[in-house]
Amino acid sequence: MKEIFVRPERCMGCRSCEIACAVEHSGSKTLFGALTDKPEPRKRLYVETIGSQRMPLLCHHCDEAPCVAVCRTGATSKDEVTGIVTKDHDKCVGCWVCATICTYGVVGREKEERIALKCDRCKDMEIPACVKACPTGTLIFLEERQLADIGSRDASMKTAEIQRSRSTPEIQS
Amino acid sequence: MAKNIKDRSIDPASQEMLAVAAKAGLETAWDRFDKQQPQCGFGELGLCCRNCNMGPCRIDPFGEAATKGVCGATADIIVARNLLRAIAAGASAHSDHARDVAHTFKLMSEGKAPSYQVKDQAKLARLMKEYGVSTQVDLADAVLAEFGKQEGPIQFISRAPAKRQEIWKNLGIEPRGIDREIVECMHKTTMGVDNDHVNLLLQGLRASLADGWGGSMIATELQDIMFGTPTPVRAMANLGVLEADKVNIIVHGHEPLLSEMIVSAASDPELVDLAKKQGAKGINVAGMCCTGNEILVRHGIPIAGNFLQQELAVATGAVDAMVVDVQCVMPALGALAGCFHTKFISTSPKAKFPGATHMELKEESAYETAKQIVRVAVVNYGLRDPTKVHIPNIKSEAIVGFSVEAIVGALGGTLKPLLDTIASGAVRGVAAVVGCNNPKVKQDYGHVNLVKELIRNNVLVVTTGCNAQACAKAGLLLPEAADLAGDGLKAVCKALGVPPVLHMGSCVDISRIMVACAAIADALGCDISDLPAAAAAPEWMSEKAVAIGAYVVGSGVYTILGTIPPILGSQGVTELLTEGIKGVTGGAFAVEPDPNKAAKLMIDHIEAQRKKLGL
Ligand code: SF4
Ligand code: SF4
Ligand code: SF4
Repeated sequence: MKEIFVRPERCMGCRSCEIACAVEHSGSKTLFGALTDKPEPRKRLYVETIGSQRMPLLCHHCDEAPCVAVCRTGATSKDEVTGIVTKDHDKCVGCWVCATICTYGVVGREKEERIALKCDRCKDMEIPACVKACPTGTLIFLEERQLADIGSRDASMKTAEIQRSRSTPEIQS
Repeated sequence: MAKNIKDRSIDPASQEMLAVAAKAGLETAWDRFDKQQPQCGFGELGLCCRNCNMGPCRIDPFGEAATKGVCGATADIIVARNLLRAIAAGASAHSDHARDVAHTFKLMSEGKAPSYQVKDQAKLARLMKEYGVSTQVDLADAVLAEFGKQEGPIQFISRAPAKRQEIWKNLGIEPRGIDREIVECMHKTTMGVDNDHVNLLLQGLRASLADGWGGSMIATELQDIMFGTPTPVRAMANLGVLEADKVNIIVHGHEPLLSEMIVSAASDPELVDLAKKQGAKGINVAGMCCTGNEILVRHGIPIAGNFLQQELAVATGAVDAMVVDVQCVMPALGALAGCFHTKFISTSPKAKFPGATHMELKEESAYETAKQIVRVAVVNYGLRDPTKVHIPNIKSEAIVGFSVEAIVGALGGTLKPLLDTIASGAVRGVAAVVGCNNPKVKQDYGHVNLVKELIRNNVLVVTTGCNAQACAKAGLLLPEAADLAGDGLKAVCKALGVPPVLHMGSCVDISRIMVACAAIADALGCDISDLPAAAAAPEWMSEKAVAIGAYVVGSGVYTILGTIPPILGSQGVTELLTEGIKGVTGGAFAVEPDPNKAAKLMIDHIEAQRKKLGL
């Protein structure tokens, strides 16, 4: 099962992921079309600064999801097969308990209704919109076991870089 | 992953070279465009501001997060300021080009630039009369003074119909001086100055008029005087104009000050001899982009292609020197030329490139430098690796060089025959189709399809820039292309022996289109905004195109943009430029990427205009 992972050291804080998320959850699903959507489309992830670090905060579709556990109407549920935690618009009563309990603070609200709103991992897309939009590879969509590969590849690239900078004499201009 | 080559261009020569480039692992603008995906939505909407260091700021287009910059600037303000800066940049490019030409004209007039001569005495005399001066040097000074004028108005404004001048005066957008309007754009857009999007856009119109009826027009007029006013001439277009057994020199960029010299030097017997000694059959100069258009319309020098073909030309492996001056020259050329024997030569002190050899062209010794450049190319021919040469055997013939003077000439000395055909309805109206290439559009797809649809509906097309080159490559600049036109236009073209699409020159020569519009409006006793006319830039990319669009709309012409300008993040600006402005300048913008739908919008507009004129 693929998941969205975050490599915060790469984040530029450009908020491209936020725009892409809102556009994907709009009527037309195009940037220019979404501009005239009413109500305005809402994003489901949030780029924040934590100290000097920029970082996208998004739903992790937790295994033992607290938001699911606390939801008394059954509006929030976790799909057994895909593992995706979603909100049922019609069942939500806007009590905000899920929003309060989520450690990541990624349960938002609809603009015009008292309804909770969260990441549905772009169910219709092969790669979620935010991952596709991220220009720096901060957001990646992989199987958990692939993460280790990425980690070692990053490390080897870094080593290669250090090697290179050592072997080429520095030219000061 | 690389996209299908057929999705990148409709030009068979480009397609062939894209395959060659892909096989050789050469990177092109299309590959880099793919690597840029996805492009930033804030940028696409014009919603980011870097005008002060409290920023950068960006506005959430959906109103959820920040709706204002740190200073309080709203989407309307930020978008309008960004647009104004683009107009200023575009206007400065055309106008600084004009300044160089005017400066050279002055040195020539003082006898200090012997490489240049007056080629069109009649135009010189006309211009001296227009400026009310009696010597050539006085004319040079008067023209140069346009740049630094403070209170204006600039001279060529008086070429516009009286009603148009009145509109500009009432709006307070008569350009006072070319440089002044550009500087004012920069001042108004810096942090904390003009924060009214309407007032900002009015300055945009003013600066753009200082381009269209100033910088660009000066460039056209003085270039005509120094290099000749274009008259119809036959020429070849597309990458197939490169020749395997000749020294190939491509001149690329914008100012004919360089390309004219290279053309002369390439026929210098000494250098031709040297080329033969190197085993070449001769020296072949071909143009690219607008400097190519300049020598194309004046001398019928072949054109190797339009904007997106600059890298493909180098990829043929047959270019011995790629000689550039300013504007639209991709910095990627240096690295690419490095994969071949090609010498990449920069010539303007304003424009240097990584990987280029700099051989600066000075007015006083232009011809000598041009000879040195040609010599480098000739010697370099010996280093060409024949195994790397691949020239597509694809080129088309075209008739080019329809200056206003040439059009009037072809009509028998007056515009009346053209007006009669418009009045009779045989020709429905006139469309100006211009502008760049942009990898956002399949190369030439927007250009060729829009033009074809217009002529099929009996709209006469005038063209410049990369659109003109797209039309040349597609065979639309031949009298035979009249067969693709509707019956009315076809009959007119056959009677006059002209193509249904008239190549008027380079991008600064859109000033010729302005002059033609003014003449037609004067003949009909109306304003430019009353004419059955429309304009389009189907594949535009440059800031220069933004300035052009602004002065064309500011002159009263309905204008379609084929790629989406970065303004949609502001409802205020978008509404103003597409609707509100109609009641102000009589022109307006519309955005329509589909060429067939764009043609329909233009034709509908032309028909509505005809109705208003009682035609
Ligand atoms: S909303 Fe928060 S608590 Fe619920 S699954 Fe997502 S990250 Fe976990
Ligand atoms: S798109 Fe990527 S780099 Fe930009 S804010 Fe989101 S996570 Fe950060
Ligand atoms: S001028 Fe205003 S909007 Fe622009 S960067 Fe500065 S504070 Fe931000």
